[in-house]
Amino acid sequence: MDTAFAERRRRDLIVAVVLAAIAATVPLFVKDVYVQNIMVLTLMWGALSQSWNILSGYCGQISLGHALYFGIGAYTTALLFTKFGVLPWFGMLGGGVISALIAMALGYPCFRLRGHYFVIATIVIAEIGLLLFHNWDWAGAAMGIEIPARGDSWLKFQFPRSKLPYFYFALVLACVAWLVTWWLEDSKWGYWWRAVKDNPEAAESLGVDVFNSKMGAAAVSAFLVAVGGSFYAQFVYFIDPESVMGFQFSLLMALPAVLGGIGTLWGPMLGAVILIPLTELTRSYVGGSGKGIDLIVYGGLIIAISLARPQGLIGLFSFKHLAGRLSSKRKEAVR
Amino acid sequence: MTAPLLETRGVWQRFGGLVANSDVSISVGRGEIVGLIGPNGAGKSTLFNLIAGVLPPTQGSIIFNGEDVTALPAAERCQRGIGRTFQVVKSFETMTVIDNVIVGALVRTTVMRDARRKAHQVLEFCGLGPRADVLASDLVPSEKRRLEVARALATEPKLLLLDEVLTGLTPVEAKTGVELVRKVRDSGITVLMVEHVMEIVMPLVDRAIVLDLGKVLVEGKPADVVRDPKVITAYLGDRHALSA
Repeated sequence: MDTAFAERRRRDLIVAVVLAAIAATVPLFVKDVYVQNIMVLTLMWGALSQSWNILSGYCGQISLGHALYFGIGAYTTALLFTKFGVLPWFGMLGGGVISALIAMALGYPCFRLRGHYFVIATIVIAEIGLLLFHNWDWAGAAMGIEIPARGDSWLKFQFPRSKLPYFYFALVLACVAWLVTWWLEDSKWGYWWRAVKDNPEAAESLGVDVFNSKMGAAAVSAFLVAVGGSFYAQFVYFIDPESVMGFQFSLLMALPAVLGGIGTLWGPMLGAVILIPLTELTRSYVGGSGKGIDLIVYGGLIIAISLARPQGLIGLFSFKHLAGRLSSKRKEAVR
Repeated sequence: MTAPLLETRGVWQRFGGLVANSDVSISVGRGEIVGLIGPNGAGKSTLFNLIAGVLPPTQGSIIFNGEDVTALPAAERCQRGIGRTFQVVKSFETMTVIDNVIVGALVRTTVMRDARRKAHQVLEFCGLGPRADVLASDLVPSEKRRLEVARALATEPKLLLLDEVLTGLTPVEAKTGVELVRKVRDSGITVLMVEHVMEIVMPLVDRAIVLDLGKVLVEGKPADVVRDPKVITAYLGDRHALSA
């Protein structure tokens, strides 16, 4: 039954496994810590953007407030560890659950808003979160929290001497976010989300529970982003409100997906692979005085993309496109 | 006589000072094709939206399959067996034709393979089989109308509400459309259709209900309805009614 479709999904999965396997071997050749750092960040932002893409790309509810969930993930892990000695792994899970619950609590009123009003609400709510953490003394307020280094340990998930464990965790995170998307794409939820994005009224007439579709997308999306936030806290050892909840984090989650192809399976990772190294390189070449140059680069890229390929770069890699060229070549060869 | 599949009892709909439906009571029997006609602004689309559950009536109740569904939202009415199309087509434009139909099929099953199989069957039924993998945005208008019907059929409705699916088509397209509606009824689905083009609808429907100014004007066999002076007046004005 519909083998072409099943084949395409299997091919996606195989390509992903191959790419992940190649990525896993890269650190064997690349020993430079600076480059490894960029690779960790690329995978992390890819995973975050992939998670953002679930709510904003598939379900069409554009959020520019996902920094809130990123920050909650980071803070939950850091606070649980420093105040109660809870291992980061549990903090990660806890942060994810708390974020998912908050996303649903916020979605309850906000999903009644449409279009621009929803976007504005997400920005405002994330800013409120930022202010609250700024003034929350127990959570370190503006001073932030330092996670005490206790030496290399998988249990405490900290590795002061090597980037490699972080790299592999970020790779797993990216794979999980991708797999969740891949799996949801061919599920009732995936179809419901795309229907809700394209036309909520028609969706409703076809029995789609529009409101709960949005709630589900928000919960999954927030959970994964919070796990990313927890990881980031462990990666940088020090967090303060601006460094995990600032508005630029919300933007950074959206941009790779927009660049690569919003609402597509491969778009966010492709976007991150292009965008994050570019940012890090401009930052280091231009130096401290170049603060903001990376944002100018983003702006330029977004303008270029929206003019030239509004559907994102992923269209250039479309299988149909490639397969068409290959099969025509094969036919010639047969002749 | 068995109970009707659909009944509206004294339904009113007011939008501010405007009365779109006043005291509309109609009934649709199982297996019928009923035409809902009337001049522009007669309240046909409003009545459709009330039956489909887009908005609740200001007053009155809607009984479907023996159950009062007045308070149910559109999605739950779809689960109960009311399918609909939209006058202004509302395809899921970024999805393929088959994916559009799968959304409908998912009301009855959560197993993707079953939903996909069902969607393919419905597309074949509606003559859209060869277009399954095309993006909905790439369909021509007559195909989009068909897709509306296919999507609604995939929800396995007992009652199908067709909102001007035959309007604005070429004569050939309209003819295939009429055949499709007949086929739908023959498969055991009751049809209530809003339509403008009299010469197409009248031979198709078993019964016609004429709305005018939000009220039921006349109801009966198509042949009688078109000859009714009140209907002619509503459409063409007093002078024509007298000469008829």
